[in-house]
Amino acid sequence: MTRLLDAIARLGAWVVGMLVGMGYGARFFLRLCLLSLRALRRPRLVVDQVHFIGNHSLSIILVSGLFVGFVLGLQGYYTLQAFGSEQALGVLVALSLVRELGPVVAALLFAGRAGTSLTAEIGLMKSGEQLLAMEMMAVDPVARVLAPRFLGAVIALPLLASMFSAVGVFGGYLVGVHLIGVDAGSFWSQMQAGVDVFSDVGNGLIKSVVFGFICAFVALFVGYEARPTPEGVARATTTTVVASSLAVLAADFLLTALMFST
Amino acid sequence: MNRKTTDLLVGLFVLAGLAAILFLALKVGNLASFSFADGYSVTARFDNIGGLKTRAPVKSAGVVVGRVQSISFDSKTFQATVEMEIDERYRFPKDTSASILTSGLLGEQYIGLSPGGDPDDLEPGERITMTQSAVVLENLIGQFLYGRASEGGSQ
Repeated sequence: MTRLLDAIARLGAWVVGMLVGMGYGARFFLRLCLLSLRALRRPRLVVDQVHFIGNHSLSIILVSGLFVGFVLGLQGYYTLQAFGSEQALGVLVALSLVRELGPVVAALLFAGRAGTSLTAEIGLMKSGEQLLAMEMMAVDPVARVLAPRFLGAVIALPLLASMFSAVGVFGGYLVGVHLIGVDAGSFWSQMQAGVDVFSDVGNGLIKSVVFGFICAFVALFVGYEARPTPEGVARATTTTVVASSLAVLAADFLLTALMFST
Repeated sequence: MNRKTTDLLVGLFVLAGLAAILFLALKVGNLASFSFADGYSVTARFDNIGGLKTRAPVKSAGVVVGRVQSISFDSKTFQATVEMEIDERYRFPKDTSASILTSGLLGEQYIGLSPGGDPDDLEPGERITMTQSAVVLENLIGQFLYGRASEGGSQ
């Protein structure tokens, strides 16, 4: 009997713990959003972060985008040619990039490239007691350190995802038109006929903004909550990659179901 | 790295991102092709619109002259009412007829306008009276089978 009660109590404690954790996370998220608005008054800090997060991720995003475009061009051609409709290669490349691959792959790469460095930076600041020192000086570390990084990541990811898609379309064009020999005119005209600015490009952009919020929040939250030991920081960095990748994929499923279900 | 270089690099980064969005909107998407500066709307009623969708092109002589604005069902006549926006530059006679056509064998459906010979032009908000419905493949097959069956019976 007592063991049954214990088990029920453990279940209850687990549920309460989950709820408390979720509430804490949500409040931290809202606080970051509000403080990011205030961080706009100090654009210097935000610009520095956009440079650190965005510019330094450019090379990996552009190169991956180009190669994803290459591969889409090749694979799409082999499939479409079986149906005699290789003219539709442009639509296939553009739609898959703009709707899905651009935002998602850019967000995954971003989580690996920029998210980890944010987590490690914040975690080390915490373990080096820099954040505590700031609090001692009556400077809110969330406002001074975390909010500019949050805003910088939220600004940088949609831009990176758009560049990924654009470079990918260009890669598909290079392979499809110049390597394989699909007609350039029908490549572009079918693409323009098949891709809608608002329902495809716009929704892709909305997706990447949402992913920007997710990646930035996960990276900063995990870093801020990391145990202030070398091992804790290492574990937090791993958690960032795993958690933000899974969150991005889950959110992508939800957003796709909402946006393109009709 | 000094202040100015950072600012410059960030500026370039943001510009490149905006350029990518613009490229996606204009070159990949169809922003350039549907933003008619001014247009006037005309309506038409069809018995069956098949798979016509809003924002499908309205073509005349193969040239895109407008877009389908809205599609609704008229519960009095039990017909589909299609509202389309025609580019201001193009004028059509009053007795223009509208038909729902398919580009290619299985391509998307669009509205084809064939102009008549009336000296007066269609006014904004007017209704095209002569319409031809979409060809529904199932009906076509049904008619074909029916024709074959009656042919077989007469032999």
